[in-house]
Amino acid sequence: MTAPGPYRLQERAVGAPVEFRFDGRALRGIEGDTVASALLANGLRVVSRSFKFHRPRGIFTAGVEEPNALVQLHSAERAVPAARATLVPLSAGLEVSSQAGWPSVSHDALRAIDFVHGIFAAGFYNKAFMWPSWHVYEPIIRKLAGFGRAPTGPDPDRYDTRHAQCDVLVIGAGTAGIEAARTASTAGQRVMLVEQDPFPGDSLTALASVPNLKVLRRTTAVAHYDHNLVALAESVDDGGTGSELPRERLWLVRAARVVLATGAFEQPLIFSNNDRPGIMLAGAALKFLRRHAIAPGRQVVVATNNDSAYLVARELRQAGVNIVALVDSRKAPPDSLLQEVRSLGIQVHAHSIPIDTAGFSALRRVTLGSLGSGTGTGVSDTRHLACDALLVSGGWSPVLHLFAQAGGKLKFSATTRTFGPVAALPNIEIAGSAAQPSSETLGERVSPVGNTARKWIDLRHDVTIADIELSVRENFTAVEHIKRYTTLGMSADQGKVGQAPATEVIAKTRGLRPSELGHTTFRPPFVPVALGTMVGRKVGALYAPTRRTPLYSLQAGAGGLFEEFGEWQRAAAFPRGGESRAQAVAREVKLVRNGVGLYDASPLGKIELIGPDALDFADRFYINNLMTLKPGRARYGIMLRETGVIFDDGTAVILDEDRVLLTTTSGGAGRVAAWLEEWRQCEWLGVRVVVAPVTEQWATVALTGCHARAILARLKPDCDVSNEAFPHLGFRATRLLGSEARLYRVSFSGELTYEINIPAHKGPELWAALLEEGRSFGIEPYGLDALLHLRMEKGFLHVGGDTDGTTVPDDVGFGKPAATKSRHYVGKRSLSLPENVRPDRLQLIGLAGVDSTTLAVGSHLRLPDSKEATDGWITSAGLSSVDGKPIALAMLRAGRAQMDQVVSVHDAGRIVTNARVVAPLFYDPTGARMNA
Amino acid sequence: MLYIPCPYCGPRDETEFAYGGPSHVTRPELTATDREWTHYLYHRANIKGPYPERWLHSFGCGRWFNVVRDTTTHDILEVYLMGESGRPPEQAP
Repeated sequence: MTAPGPYRLQERAVGAPVEFRFDGRALRGIEGDTVASALLANGLRVVSRSFKFHRPRGIFTAGVEEPNALVQLHSAERAVPAARATLVPLSAGLEVSSQAGWPSVSHDALRAIDFVHGIFAAGFYNKAFMWPSWHVYEPIIRKLAGFGRAPTGPDPDRYDTRHAQCDVLVIGAGTAGIEAARTASTAGQRVMLVEQDPFPGDSLTALASVPNLKVLRRTTAVAHYDHNLVALAESVDDGGTGSELPRERLWLVRAARVVLATGAFEQPLIFSNNDRPGIMLAGAALKFLRRHAIAPGRQVVVATNNDSAYLVARELRQAGVNIVALVDSRKAPPDSLLQEVRSLGIQVHAHSIPIDTAGFSALRRVTLGSLGSGTGTGVSDTRHLACDALLVSGGWSPVLHLFAQAGGKLKFSATTRTFGPVAALPNIEIAGSAAQPSSETLGERVSPVGNTARKWIDLRHDVTIADIELSVRENFTAVEHIKRYTTLGMSADQGKVGQAPATEVIAKTRGLRPSELGHTTFRPPFVPVALGTMVGRKVGALYAPTRRTPLYSLQAGAGGLFEEFGEWQRAAAFPRGGESRAQAVAREVKLVRNGVGLYDASPLGKIELIGPDALDFADRFYINNLMTLKPGRARYGIMLRETGVIFDDGTAVILDEDRVLLTTTSGGAGRVAAWLEEWRQCEWLGVRVVVAPVTEQWATVALTGCHARAILARLKPDCDVSNEAFPHLGFRATRLLGSEARLYRVSFSGELTYEINIPAHKGPELWAALLEEGRSFGIEPYGLDALLHLRMEKGFLHVGGDTDGTTVPDDVGFGKPAATKSRHYVGKRSLSLPENVRPDRLQLIGLAGVDSTTLAVGSHLRLPDSKEATDGWITSAGLSSVDGKPIALAMLRAGRAQMDQVVSVHDAGRIVTNARVVAPLFYDPTGARMNA
Repeated sequence: MLYIPCPYCGPRDETEFAYGGPSHVTRPELTATDREWTHYLYHRANIKGPYPERWLHSFGCGRWFNVVRDTTTHDILEVYLMGESGRPPEQAP
């Protein structure tokens, strides 16, 4: 059956036809095609428009380094912008579209920009389009650039991550790579071999029988990280949603040794109008011929400065392609090669170089010039050759990106005229053409004549030699500056094609030798990698672990409104019957103040210290003296960082002679345990204590309100719960519901409270029992919002809410205990540093609104006649449960000396109201409710 | 991503560890001057080359240890236990 496409070499083509669409147009390729080869076969020359000037562009390479043929695949949430057509396998029904050009890529009205290309020289956005503001023009200019369309919804595909270890990781399955892999695996080493080219050749299948060898195809090594950790992006199944397989797989491979058999990128020749569709790298044309039986054109000119293009010319000619001429910039190409091509009837133009091309939509003609001897400042004997394809070869540059990422230093060599390693790195070996670029002497690669504004050095970003000259003229002379000023090498292909000639051009412009220039920093990834591939499965519910307390289900069943508070799912409130959250909170506050409520305090941190030095060890961390703590008593303590800043707060109780139990804030449970452990292991190595976090082992329920004692008594705990026997700030280790239990009489709410700790698995039973026994008292659950309001009215500290990274104990009224404790505790020395004793520090005070305007957390405050931008801010706020008026806690400059002062309250740049400074205590000042 | 040889568990990926700043930061007595104390809190050497630092195997054995790492190449030159290198055991606070 006839293989489709006017440029398909029929006798060679094998494979069933594959239907696809390009810009809506129905086309046919054959099995094994890439989108690029299928477009070439169909004679579609123009596949995109250039970034700035909207010049027509065609396929330039056959692989990962493609700068022009970026196409849009799929649609909606599976859309892929900027896919390299040279890598996309052709599949039946594939919808491919171009990304730029209006109304179409083949007829683009925006080409008009090319006629005023001077305006868009490097750095134009710093000089033009400035009035009234660059931001007026930016969206338009971005839209014109043709970036492609982003997906319109969350990625429906799956991505996997795998970790692997091996003795040798070989990157690249060319001749050198396969040999390295075979040698290492037959020597008994565990070897991984990866290849990104979709057509690796037959020798790869021959490796199937080699032991200890894992071969990954369609896998690109994208990054080298410390200690030979290499990230590989494997393309698995692009088949669409519903597939069982992931779309891509990220491998993180730790290799004892890495072999870089990564080959080399062919470099172009630079001449005027070197960007027309039909101009392609010679090696690419050879690949299209061998893999897909494609002829690059009907009248083909090959232009080179080295030996490799001769093979291309020969093979194309032998396949029946018309090679009009072979142009070699070298004065005396090797005789053997000349003979071979001449015997095939190919005319050779030695010591000549293309100097210009013509063809508005696609290549029509190339102009050659003969290179003079000596100065090379001009050409002679210009002549035209009609052609529709121009294959260029300017030498080869080894692919050393991963070597550079690994910290390897590169230097431009005058002999190879490309970058090479300065010295070897341990555990990284370079093999094959990546190690040894050809030793031949290259000819000229840049035409000595012609308008530099029409000589492209970076096809993707439309950067010309004129841009480099401009950059140097404007004194951006370092390569890193030239890169950023011209955007040379900053595009999706990251300058893979063109780095060698670009370096020589920069050197020439600056009057230096290329070896005196450095190179820009190579950073991962080597090629663009989908975000999904980097993220893997860690999306949605798997983004972070969900932590639920043993009482989650019961609270959810009671209508709890759950939110994440510091990793835990917690009930903010329990709205009933159409209540808003705020209404629920107001009701719950009233419930606790006047009746009795139930609160899940399980996330509160609990840490046991076990050992002879347990109490002594604990005492080293708190501003409060714990050495006088007696069994049966709970002592409140504040913990500081060494800088004196408040870090956490909680209680300490003595469980036993060698056992102390600390509580921490809910969010600080992990932090405090780690802190204690750090000091124990690193500073006080001889101290005899073990730090045992037990937060998750105990469920904690706070039974809160004036009826709390009565309800607790009904559960018949093994201890006397009368006020005389068990006063406020008491602690009892006892038994409840047939289990051990720990009872704290502490109050964060300001009401009579028992914090009942029971082993986690008994939590639900305890919760249900309390609800049952409390029913006749009207008990209901309440949430975190209500609790935070209740404690605010009492002026109880909320670490991290009222305090921040600068707050020291005296700022929040704990200066006296911090100073009186004589023993050295963590942070003590810092409290007397000048900064921490300044009289104008922010201090915790209360605010009473002067009218009914609610006070908002974060609002700034200003004292009358203040010279400062701000005098503090509101840290907690709400409506008083006593009289319904707006109240707040705030940090105010020298606040304690400002009692009764009226401050202005600022929000979003406006004064919204005023408030009077009062003591930070709005409810039950004597504490009678808690002590009852 | 560093490959860190925990002296208790063997070499593991850096993601299992937490970094703890430089080693051998000596905590002065309470009688230290403001200058000495501020130096202890905030001033650290910024060494180019072998640098002793503390690491915690937080997702492993939970032990702290010391590592000498070259800050330019990230080569790990030495690993030793916490408290070694002439450090006396418990210091009274």
